[in-house]
Amino acid sequence: MDIKLKIWRQEGPKSEGSFVDYNLTGVSKDMSFLEMLDFLNKKLIENGDDPVVFEHDCREGICGSCALFINGRPHGPDDLVTTCELRMTKFNDGDTIVIEPWRAKSFPVIKDLVADRHAFDKIMEAGGFISVNTGSAPEANSIPVPREKADEAFDAAVCIGCGACVAACKNSSAMLFVAAKVSHLALLPQGRAESGKRARAMLAKMDELGFGSCTNTGACEAECPKGISLAHIARLNREFLKEGFRS
Amino acid sequence: MSSFLNASVGRKFLVSISGLFLITFLAVHLAVNLFLLAGQEAYNMAAHFMATNPAIKIMEPALALGFLLHIVVSAYLTVTNQGTRPQKYSMVDQRKTSSWPSRNMFVLGLLILIFLALHLSNFWYKMKFGGVAYIEYDGVQVQDAYTLVTGKFVIWWYALIYVAGAVFLRLHLLHGFQSAFQTLGLSNQLWYKRLTVIGTVYALIIAAGFAIIPVWFLAGTFLN
Ligand code: SF4
Ligand code: FES
Repeated sequence: MDIKLKIWRQEGPKSEGSFVDYNLTGVSKDMSFLEMLDFLNKKLIENGDDPVVFEHDCREGICGSCALFINGRPHGPDDLVTTCELRMTKFNDGDTIVIEPWRAKSFPVIKDLVADRHAFDKIMEAGGFISVNTGSAPEANSIPVPREKADEAFDAAVCIGCGACVAACKNSSAMLFVAAKVSHLALLPQGRAESGKRARAMLAKMDELGFGSCTNTGACEAECPKGISLAHIARLNREFLKEGFRS
Repeated sequence: MSSFLNASVGRKFLVSISGLFLITFLAVHLAVNLFLLAGQEAYNMAAHFMATNPAIKIMEPALALGFLLHIVVSAYLTVTNQGTRPQKYSMVDQRKTSSWPSRNMFVLGLLILIFLALHLSNFWYKMKFGGVAYIEYDGVQVQDAYTLVTGKFVIWWYALIYVAGAVFLRLHLLHGFQSAFQTLGLSNQLWYKRLTVIGTVYALIIAAGFAIIPVWFLAGTFLN
């Protein structure tokens, strides 16, 4: 099939970007979305043009690097998938596909479709850990964890840090990401002790880095490829408030 | 203290509790207003009770403070959020992922504020600082608020403004009710659904209740 692409091209962090149109012929429905972009880049390279820069790594939905805003939605038109899991079967011959990077003050564009998401690492460094040395793997049954808690912690732990929540949010808030991390640790005995302090520290970092505040629109939950629930944001708020005026 | 109020979630906490306070106030306000439908004496006595009750007197400044806090802090957060995406998307599709009221709380709040200014200058100011005739029931002198209010509601465009105010309020509550609990952390996957339903019903009762009063009096002029 033939596809019209409108792709954001930007030389570097300081330069002005703009959309460039490409007519891509010979796209197969069997391709993944990223294979379609590989196909485009191959043609660009053959013509001596600069290939489109985009991030990817695992290509199986677990690393969170493939961050593309496709036709007005993070990770494209399909629900609960990352860009790398998106298939060209979701598009038709003659379609126009608009591809942009994540846009947020805290995620500045480095080049073309790549936005710098180091801000997430900085939030993690502010408190997304357990501060005692946990040593080697403990005997599995020495600290019993109730089944529901383990399941809920796991539901939060599947966050891959892709940033689609920030990209989708009208306030560019990172609440769903922070909530996933805080929730994951707060639900487990090892992380429980520090959970109030952790919520405070990570949220302070989030604010400091220029992410917006949450207005509970729910766009993040709807766009998260891992289905992280708003309930985790409620827990994050709870942990924050329980810490009270202590810190 | 400072780490609490400097955090966006701490500030949202203020918006949330002041919002819940205002939500409660709306129910009380509506209950009193509904006496309008019961006739002149019933409403005037209810209004008199509210104006002279010491508990209500204490609540008046608290209410003003609640409004102020809700408006100032949410305006501040809204302005801060405006700067978080300097380069906009060329194409963005949010219709499927979030509700219209949830994305337009500030605009709705602003419309309600304009309505409120008009509303206060029409009724509250006059009742508070004179200009309302007195009427006597069983030897007690009370303000004839009934005549003041119904005198306005029979004017069609006044009635229309009040119905519009109720519609804005409904949309604001549709998101605000559920959102207030979410911010306080009083929600989970199950309660999120329940609160959304309760909020939807509450918003409808409040809006329909407030809207029915001007419609009732306006309709009355056609029937007479
Ligand atoms: S919460 Fe969802 S959308 Fe946000 S970073 Fe994690 S996986 Fe991505
Ligand atoms: S490339 Fe790893 S999640 Fe898409």
